[in-house]
Amino acid sequence: MVEQSLVGRTFAPSAAYVVTADRVAAFARATGTPWAQGDPAPATFPIVVAFTAMRSLMDDPEVGIELQRVVHGEQRFVYERPVVVGDTLTATLSVDTLRTLGGADVIGTTSAVNDADGALVCSARATLVHSPEVAS
Amino acid sequence: MSAVELVAGAELATLSYTVTRADLAAYAEASGDHNPIHLDEDVARSVGLPGVIAHGMFTLALAARAVQEWAGEPGRVVEIGAKFTKPVVVPEGADGVVVHVAGKVRGVEDGRATLALTVTTGSGDDTVKVLGMPSAVLVPRA
Repeated sequence: MVEQSLVGRTFAPSAAYVVTADRVAAFARATGTPWAQGDPAPATFPIVVAFTAMRSLMDDPEVGIELQRVVHGEQRFVYERPVVVGDTLTATLSVDTLRTLGGADVIGTTSAVNDADGALVCSARATLVHSPEVAS
Repeated sequence: MSAVELVAGAELATLSYTVTRADLAAYAEASGDHNPIHLDEDVARSVGLPGVIAHGMFTLALAARAVQEWAGEPGRVVEIGAKFTKPVVVPEGADGVVVHVAGKVRGVEDGRATLALTVTTGSGDDTVKVLGMPSAVLVPRA
């Protein structure tokens, strides 16, 4: 079980992530998204940064989450502006909610994705479902 | 590609995308999510999955791709999200699996169009909704 005291906790920001044309082009190519030099990044691109923030939650030994038991339940992005090549982004994860459903911990999180000036670029809300160990 | 007129009630032409394991490998590289259940049949089966499954975020990226194609230009999406309700199993080979993205304009307010999406695999009686309540919000053209 994950402790209820986790709710309200904010983790340290992820390492700065530089948005390069190569990185955006690779993401666009992998998802088949039309993209040309100068275009904003595809809409779900900020997951690359948000994902590292989620890892900071899952890798924290005090939280007691096992990565192998985590399923991504829901993801939503709300943008202040599109991500563009040249941005330097960090993601800071906060735990909003924690409830138990069928023995699993359902953890509601928001990662604030900020630019180099500290301005909010997008909020990435993720629900992570952590299942307990099943006796085999 | 020209934009579709986004008026309340408008149905958007369904877009279909083939997904192969090579796409998942490319996505793992591009996104940094190297979970082997998206790459390795043996690992996927060992955790009780029917086979290699797509990253939920890959499927959501396909929904975003459809929205961008309907919008006619990138950068108009101000909100997008979904629940990951059913795994998308990706068989080996070039045929892979086909993901269909359908959309409808639920409403337009202050120029912002809210789209209700339907993301499925299979056809006819075998149609499976793979995302729960997928939706997106678009701002007007620049």
